[in-house]
Amino acid sequence: MSTTAMPTNTKWWNGGRSPFNASYGKVMMWYFLMSDAFTFGAFLISYATLRFSLNDWVDPNHVFNSFPLAGSANLPLAFVSLMTFILIFSSVTMVLAVHEGHNMNRKGVEKYMILTIIGGVAFLSCQAWEWTHLLTHMHTVLVNGPQGLHLEEWNTTVSHNPFGPEVMFNGQEVATPGPIAFGSYFFEITGFHGFHVFSGVIINIVMYIKTREGHFEQRGHYEMIEKAGLYWHFVDLVWVFVFLCFYLI
Amino acid sequence: MSAHSASPEITFHPEHTDGTKKIWRTFWLLSVITIIELAIGLTIYNIHKGEHPNATLVLMFKGVVCILTLAKAYYIVSIFMHLGDEIRNMIMTIVVPLCLFIWFIIAFLWDGTSWKNLRNTNAGSREYKIEKVEKPAATEKGAKD
Repeated sequence: MSTTAMPTNTKWWNGGRSPFNASYGKVMMWYFLMSDAFTFGAFLISYATLRFSLNDWVDPNHVFNSFPLAGSANLPLAFVSLMTFILIFSSVTMVLAVHEGHNMNRKGVEKYMILTIIGGVAFLSCQAWEWTHLLTHMHTVLVNGPQGLHLEEWNTTVSHNPFGPEVMFNGQEVATPGPIAFGSYFFEITGFHGFHVFSGVIINIVMYIKTREGHFEQRGHYEMIEKAGLYWHFVDLVWVFVFLCFYLI
Repeated sequence: MSAHSASPEITFHPEHTDGTKKIWRTFWLLSVITIIELAIGLTIYNIHKGEHPNATLVLMFKGVVCILTLAKAYYIVSIFMHLGDEIRNMIMTIVVPLCLFIWFIIAFLWDGTSWKNLRNTNAGSREYKIEKVEKPAATEKGAKD
C-alpha cells in the first residue's frame, strides 16, 4: 500500500515534483475539461440570454411529452428522466471501473467498462429517437403568410418551431409559430453534447480493448482508465446542466 | 494495490479506500436529487396548466431546481471525478478559473433583460408593453403563456 499520509511541509513549488501532485496527462485532461466547460457554458448562457430577451418561449413539458411506443400519450419529463438515469448509472459503472483499476483487478475493469459502454450506447439511442421524433412528428400551426391566415403542418427543425402560443381559429385552438431559436439551440447543444457522448463511447471502447490486451497491467497502473473516466463524468456533468436548461426550466 | 506510481513527479498517492460504499452512496444521493427535480418539474407543469399561473411561485421552484443542479454538479466533480481527493493546489487550479462563470452568467442575463426592455418599450420610445401574438379575426382567446 502506498497510501501514505500527506507529507507535511512539502515544498510544492520548488521543482522536482508536480505542484498538483498529479501526472502531466491528468492535469492536462482537467484543463481540457475546464475549457470544454467554458464552451458548453457559452452555449448555454447564450441560450439563456436569448430566452431572457423574449416575452414567450416554448413550454418544455409540451414539447417533450412523448415516449417510444406510447403513442400520443401525454407523458411530460418521462423520457428525459430515463435518459438522465441511464447517464448517471453509466457514470457509476465508470467510477467502479476506476476503483477496480486502483486495485489492479483487470477482470473488474473489463466488466465495468463494458457496462459503461452499454450505458453510453443506450443514451445515444434515446437521443436518436428523440431527435427523430422532433424532426418527423407534425403539428398543426396557424401561419400568417402572404396568402393570409392558414393552417400548415410543421415539424420541429432549426427553421420551424410549431410550439408558439395557442390562439382560437375557426372555433379551434391552434398553435402559432414559436421562436425559431428554440430548434437551433436545442439541436446545437444536445447535438454537441451527443457528440461528446459518442466520442466518450469510442474512448471507452479503446480503453476496454487496451485493458483486455493487458496494456495497463504491463504498465503497472490503470491511470488511462482514470483519464477516460474524467472525460466520461464530464459528459454526465454537462448533461445535468442541459437537463436543467432545456427540460426543467 | 496501487503500489506503482504513474509518474515520478507524484509525491504521494491519495488514499483509495477498498470499499465502494462512498460511490453507491453518491449514486443514491444523485438519484434522489434527480427525483426531487422531476417532482418540481411536474409541479411547474401543473401550475402552468392552471388558469392564472403564479409567476413568483414558478420562479421560486426554478431557483430551487438550479440549486439542486449545482449540488449534483458538486457531487459528480468531488466524488466521481475524485477532485475532492486531490491536494489543494490541484483543486484551486480548476475551481478558481471557473469563478469566471459568476461574471459570465450575471453579465449576459443582464444583457438579455435589457434587450427585452428595449423590445417592449420600442427602444425606450414608449411605455413598457408586452405585445401579444397577432390575433387572427374572430378570436376570443388571447395569447396563452
